Amino acid sequence: MAPADAPARLATQRLTALFDRTVAVREISLLFPANTVTAIIGPSGCGKSTFLRCLNRMHELSEGGWITGRVLLDDVDVYGGTVDPVAVRRRIGMVFQRPTPFPTMSIHDNVAAGLRVNGRLPGAAVTTAVERALRQAALWDEVHDRLNSSALALSGGQQQRLCIARALAPQPEVLLLDEPTGSLDPAGTQRIEELCHDLKRRYTIVIVTHNLQQAARVSDYTAFFYLGKLVEVGRTAELFTRPAREETEAYLTGRFG
Amino acid sequence: MSVPLPTFHNRGDRAYRVTLTGLAALLPLLLVVVGAELAVRAWPSIHRFGFNFLWTGRWDPVTEVYGAGPLIFGTLVSSLLALLLAVPLALGVAIFLTEFAPKWLRRPVAFLVELLAAVPSVVYGVWGIFVLIPFLRGHVVPGLKAVLGWSPFFSGVFYGNSMLAGGIILAIMIVPYIAAVSREVLLAVPGSQREAALGLGATRWEAVWSAVLPYGRAGVIGAVMLGLGRALGETMAVTMVIGNRHDIGASLLQPGYTMAAALANEFSEATTGMYLAALFEVGLLLFVITVTVNALARLLVWRVARGGSAGSRAL
Amino acid sequence: MSARAIRRRILSAAMTGLVGVLCAAAVLPLVLIFADLLHKGATSIDWNFFVRTPVPIGQSGGGVAHAIVGSAIIVGTACLIGLPIGIGAGIYLAEYGTGRLGWTVRFVADVLNGTPSIVIGILAWTWFVRPVGHFSALAASVALAMLMVPMVARTTEEMVRLVPHSLREAALALGYPRWRTSLQVVVRTAVAGIVTGALVAVARIAGETAPLLFTALGNLNFSLSLGHPMQALPLQIFTYATGPFEEWHRLAWASALVLMALVLLLAMAARWATRQRYGTR
Repeated sequence: MAPADAPARLATQRLTALFDRTVAVREISLLFPANTVTAIIGPSGCGKSTFLRCLNRMHELSEGGWITGRVLLDDVDVYGGTVDPVAVRRRIGMVFQRPTPFPTMSIHDNVAAGLRVNGRLPGAAVTTAVERALRQAALWDEVHDRLNSSALALSGGQQQRLCIARALAPQPEVLLLDEPTGSLDPAGTQRIEELCHDLKRRYTIVIVTHNLQQAARVSDYTAFFYLGKLVEVGRTAELFTRPAREETEAYLTGRFG
Repeated sequence: MSVPLPTFHNRGDRAYRVTLTGLAALLPLLLVVVGAELAVRAWPSIHRFGFNFLWTGRWDPVTEVYGAGPLIFGTLVSSLLALLLAVPLALGVAIFLTEFAPKWLRRPVAFLVELLAAVPSVVYGVWGIFVLIPFLRGHVVPGLKAVLGWSPFFSGVFYGNSMLAGGIILAIMIVPYIAAVSREVLLAVPGSQREAALGLGATRWEAVWSAVLPYGRAGVIGAVMLGLGRALGETMAVTMVIGNRHDIGASLLQPGYTMAAALANEFSEATTGMYLAALFEVGLLLFVITVTVNALARLLVWRVARGGSAGSRAL
Repeated sequence: MSARAIRRRILSAAMTGLVGVLCAAAVLPLVLIFADLLHKGATSIDWNFFVRTPVPIGQSGGGVAHAIVGSAIIVGTACLIGLPIGIGAGIYLAEYGTGRLGWTVRFVADVLNGTPSIVIGILAWTWFVRPVGHFSALAASVALAMLMVPMVARTTEEMVRLVPHSLREAALALGYPRWRTSLQVVVRTAVAGIVTGALVAVARIAGETAPLLFTALGNLNFSLSLGHPMQALPLQIFTYATGPFEEWHRLAWASALVLMALVLLLAMAARWATRQRYGTR
């Protein structure tokens, strides 16, 4: 189904996510090629966020959350019996809809949080990694002179980029963005979207969004979810101009959702 | 393929959870151990006096005959007197603060009422001895006797230390507890209840009386019971003003005694095993009564203000 | 307006006035007590009051230095015992307290909160005084710790619960194990609130007298030993207030003022700690 013109980094096979006995996402098989941005779109409640949370094993932390099927990261099932979910989350970074800087930590400590938890690093290495992450998140110029002030002093858009920097610092391979601009103003949104373009050179990115224009702007591939099922996936340009399925066209033209 | 999801991902998580669980489990353990310890120590007395302990009035360390009737009587009378005085005041505070007070007045008044709960029991005792009792003697009791002196409740000579003084001090002490929990309960009443009544043309008071209070009734009753639990177990202030005499009398002007006060006064004097066992039985009774009252109160309050946050504040 | 409507309006106004009056009446004792404390206590307080120990009956002067230090030691030791247990239990309730044990612990904590402190005093006597044959400050500390655990547990739980779920998720998504998420992100964020709860609990136990009666017992002399009887401010007040001497009564008021001031100070510190949390950074 999915195009295969790049080496697969992340893939799901018949992934079904449940809350107790309720199926939230049914039998999804998708490939996320390396160094691409894949957007997941669909109306609210279609299961796109739940699906995303299965990829780094966050779903199982929700009340009653469990899955069937497989999630392959470089051909290794992250749900395999010997895999530590904590290790999975270190390789697959995630950014949420609302900025979540740790309120008790400074800007520097926020970015370093994910590094520190991965083991003791020498101070110089931490400093370098923090700067690199902040530069990648296009925040360095704005905060380099106040790394030790509270992260809460930043604007919403800056906080969100800080969270991206925090996710990038441990150098994950995949970056999951769950409606990352959902709570931002247009300027903040634009910064994040530009960032997606830069970041895909190093990372595989999956972005969940309810904003169709955003999906069209940032992604290489787009998957359309509806009622917990994958309706259609394809190159973004194609999907938006010549959707194969009726539901997709209905959604894209604003007839529901 | 179903994936078994491990609850614990590593040793750290397990150690953390086990440690916390162990600490938390200490609380129920404490409750059980306290009850068991008291029961074991009280056993000689329970065995010897049986149910007579509950209503006989002799308390004689010389002949080793003990009956806690006056203590139970005094505890109940002083607490009920306290409720009688405190409930209108506390409900007044709660209703005033949630329904009628101007916004700027709510926080300061709520703070003052909370401060009442912060005053240590022994300070209330000092105030009771040196201010309240002289005031009662000089200004209140003569009036009471003039008007109600014919009734058995206000007969006899007023010596100062009395059931009346104990009840008043207790009332002052439990007002903040009842007020704070009632207030939280009333705050938890949805605004729609109020608006519905007002929309039907009710006056503000009618809205409170016919919509808000009935809705929060169970919680308010719970709040009153929490106050009762406090009053039953309150020790120092009562000990200092109630008179500490093993007597049952109708008059509120006469000295009385409570279970908690007896423990405070006599526990370190108890020389014989039976004396000690009798006091342990008093402690056991007090424990069982307060635990029961508190448990019922919590259930009532929780039912109204879900999540169990109401009334849990450690005032 | 009909007569009935007027009557209803009058009733409403009258009841509004009545609850206002009741509220004022409820606050009145506080004002009176504070006024009396200041009026009767302040005149007896001088430097000696804080640095001297009691003088023999019949002489005037003397102070309560031993009681102030004793209270600090007893309450401090109680905190060392009670805070870790209370805070740990509170974190348990917030993090894992959804099941049956959680419900039970929550319920028992609330019930224990209302248990008479004199009963806890008796227990401390049974466990720590009777076996060794003499009174001790340590027994008093254990009794106070038992009183503070349920209070601290419940406030800690509330404060930890206030931390937004999104912070927890963010930490977990970064690869924090659950326990580190809990300690380093969630609990750390709630620290100001937990401190507030602890201070409120300390204010409350600092004024407790009943559990000290047969544990710390009291002591006319300066003592720093946890294994022996020790004086505490509330005990001192009780002794002075119920004693027969004018001089003692004067000292009782002064000590009561000091105790009240200490308790208020702790309550203020608690409020201040909370304000730090909600205020601007």
